Amino acid sequence: MSVHLVLFLAFGVVCIAGAINLLAQTHPINSALSLIAVMAALAGEYLLLGAEFVAAVQVIVYAGAIMVLFVFVIMLLNAGVEDRTKGSRIAVLFGVPGMLGGSILIAWVMLHHSGTEAVAAGALPGDPRTLGQLLFHEFLLPFEITSVLILIAIMGAVVLASKPPSTPAAGLARKVD
Amino acid sequence: MVPLSYYLVLSGILFACGVAGFLIKRNIITIFMSIELMLNGVNLSFVAFAAHWHALAGQIFVFFVMVVAAAEAAVGLAIIIAVYRTRETLNVDQVNLLKL
Amino acid sequence: MTSSLNLWLIPVLPLAGAAINGLLGKRSSRTAVSIIGLFFSGAAFAWALSVAWRVSPAALPYPEYIAHWIRSGSFSADFALYLDQLSLIMLLVVTGVGFLIHIYSVGYMWDDPSYYRFFTYLNLFMFFMLTLVLANNYLLMFIGWEGVGLASYLLIGFWFTKDSAASAGKKAFIVNRIGDFGFLIGLFLIIQHFHSLNFTQVFEQVRPYTAEANGAGFLTAIGILLMVGACGKSAQIPLYVWLPDAMEGPTPVSALIHAATMVTAGVYMVSRSHMIFERAPIALTVVAVIGTLTALFAATIGITQTDIKKVLAYSTVSQLGYMFMACGVGAFSAGIFHLMTHAFFKGLLFLAAGSVIHAVGGEQDMRKMGGLRSYIPWTFLTMGIATLAIAGFPPFAGFWSKDEILWQAYSSPHGKVFWLIGLITAFITSFYMFRLLFMTFFGDYHGAQVDEHGHGSHGHGHDDHGHGEPHESPMVMLAPLMILALLSVIGGLVGIGNRFEHFLEPVFGSGVSEAAGEAASGFTEYLLMGISVVVALLGFGLAYLFYVSQPLLPQKIAASLNGFYTTILNKYYVDEIYAKLFVKPLLDGSTSILWQGVDRKVIDDTVNNAADGARHVSDEVRHMQSGNLRSYAGWIAAGSAVVIAYMIWMGVR
Repeated sequence: MSVHLVLFLAFGVVCIAGAINLLAQTHPINSALSLIAVMAALAGEYLLLGAEFVAAVQVIVYAGAIMVLFVFVIMLLNAGVEDRTKGSRIAVLFGVPGMLGGSILIAWVMLHHSGTEAVAAGALPGDPRTLGQLLFHEFLLPFEITSVLILIAIMGAVVLASKPPSTPAAGLARKVD
Repeated sequence: MVPLSYYLVLSGILFACGVAGFLIKRNIITIFMSIELMLNGVNLSFVAFAAHWHALAGQIFVFFVMVVAAAEAAVGLAIIIAVYRTRETLNVDQVNLLKL
Repeated sequence: MTSSLNLWLIPVLPLAGAAINGLLGKRSSRTAVSIIGLFFSGAAFAWALSVAWRVSPAALPYPEYIAHWIRSGSFSADFALYLDQLSLIMLLVVTGVGFLIHIYSVGYMWDDPSYYRFFTYLNLFMFFMLTLVLANNYLLMFIGWEGVGLASYLLIGFWFTKDSAASAGKKAFIVNRIGDFGFLIGLFLIIQHFHSLNFTQVFEQVRPYTAEANGAGFLTAIGILLMVGACGKSAQIPLYVWLPDAMEGPTPVSALIHAATMVTAGVYMVSRSHMIFERAPIALTVVAVIGTLTALFAATIGITQTDIKKVLAYSTVSQLGYMFMACGVGAFSAGIFHLMTHAFFKGLLFLAAGSVIHAVGGEQDMRKMGGLRSYIPWTFLTMGIATLAIAGFPPFAGFWSKDEILWQAYSSPHGKVFWLIGLITAFITSFYMFRLLFMTFFGDYHGAQVDEHGHGSHGHGHDDHGHGEPHESPMVMLAPLMILALLSVIGGLVGIGNRFEHFLEPVFGSGVSEAAGEAASGFTEYLLMGISVVVALLGFGLAYLFYVSQPLLPQKIAASLNGFYTTILNKYYVDEIYAKLFVKPLLDGSTSILWQGVDRKVIDDTVNNAADGARHVSDEVRHMQSGNLRSYAGWIAAGSAVVIAYMIWMGVR
């Protein structure tokens, strides 16, 4: 029972608990917060695997930016509690066992059929230097394309979320200049 | 020493939870968050394999997945805001103008 | 080689006439239509005469090639004509009698609204019949065969607005078709064995075969099948039923097609194929038996009929039976001889009957006639000559030909039965023909007065000049009658001293008749001739007794033989039997199986169910497009689960 395994299990339990909580909670803000917990625990897992740069990026970008955006929108739209309908009851009735079954199946397959060789802690150091060299040499093209993607996403988000013009004429005027 | 399969099991469980949330939940934002959860599960398996096979390309891929997730979240939330403005609801069952 | 005879002109001229009258006739005057019709058929006759004049016997058989038709592997058939003594005789009979009937029709059909159509069809018939007679291969002959069937259908149903006429046309065509089916199978057998349908080629290959004395070989099969075809076309048992119904057509049609020419096509075909029949004794016997039985059968029906045309129709069937009897005992030239004389006197009988019908304003029932000889003396004279001819009184034409047949039957091996039945039939023939003559022309007139718009029960368009009493026909109708009467008198004289037979010798070979002729003595021949004349006189006497001296006698006899009489009166119920055995099951089967079962259930339902199925499937599938986001999500998840499961399974294997 090495430290590695204990840490892994600890972070793993937090991940799973957060995920289940996300499903169980009715108010979206609670779900968002549990998702943040999941991401933090995942960052810990990455560290165990030696991917320190990825772990840092996970915390900064995912938990720090994306989830903040989510919380922002939830606050903005003042989303309320989900009401329980007949459909939701059926979904819970079928969904939970289904998900349970699916998870057990996946677990069984993975444990049964994949190799049991261990992954050492910190087996592959993912330091920024090496990652950077890889990124800017082999993966340069995808890198540039993703930058274009981000640009488009920004423009799209701005357009979609902007207030609609009060009169159609004003909208037309805006487009012209 | 943690076997590779443990990481994969964890990743699979996260993914399954994401799918379940995607199907069960009625709030659009919560559905989005389930999608993020799925992506995270996949990220974990990428990193695990990268460590297993000593290929840094796995971590690069995680990098790109995060970028895409960010872009998608931005645009998706913008759409949600636009839909909320017209429909005044976040319940996905009521966004059904295409229904016969 | 003689210079080209241009035989092709003979069929093509009437075709041209048919085309011109068919296309332009509707807008032309009656005179123009008549001129076209008469010109082309007359030209064909004139050309046939010129051919007969120009050709020397040494040049026959004369082939004439017109155009290439079928070349398929080893099989070939061409548009080519073939002239020998047999086709020469047929040619002269068809064009000659045909031309006379065209002249007659000008008068008979003058008041008919569809005047031009009649001449179109008549010329068309001439074209097909001449093709049939002049063809050099079975396939071209079959075209003519079918074509005359078509013309017959068109002409029987000429007044197609009348239900009975339209049905009679259909009946003729359909019953003919049944015979044609047998004919076709016979042709297929010929192709299979001889790889050709050309007369010369086939008969050359047939020649080395000897008569299959025991058992039936393929030649017998061919012979019987060809006879089936002849039964259909020439109205023999069991396919004769269309001919009495064919009397629905105008009388010139009955004269031309159903007496003189078309129905003789079967006899011509059998004679043309004599080489095959001579080597298949069983088939030949079948021909003789069918012919003899038909002769007797039809004659018995003729005794009781009251419609003047029906009597003549059954008489035609009976006389055709004589011709087949002749062919069946191997005396093909005697059969052709009778064919020729029959064309004369039967054509004359029909034309004269038409004249009678015209005189009494459309009435065809003999019981409503009588005593007409004072009103229409010329018609009476010509009809009387024809009756004497058909009854077999010397020196008229019928005597020579009928007697030749009876003599050949008597002297052929096992032929005495045929001779006896033929003799009895001759007696009956004489009886019913004189019955017809007496009922129509003697006694008192029982008919209605022919008034201004007098119509009998079969009103045609030619009786709107009634004068209140029966009147003679115009010259245009009488002239053909007189010419045919002349031919009926002298036409048989060509048979004296076996001259006719010698003429046809190059075609038929010296064959059976010569041998038979030498075997028996001359005395027997004269004795038989005498018996025939006595029999004819007996028929005459009996008819005189029944219909002139003691007119009440027939009724009493009919009453005493009631059941028997009714059966014969109803034509032995053959039509009814056919209807029950064949027509009704066929109609019922068609309705229930083919229409309801196949057409509705299988074909319609297949199409309908395919459409319905498509609709149902799309009804189910459209639920996927519900407009509900979560169901989309569900479908996506399900699909991806399937893919993942597949990949796991593949990886695990």
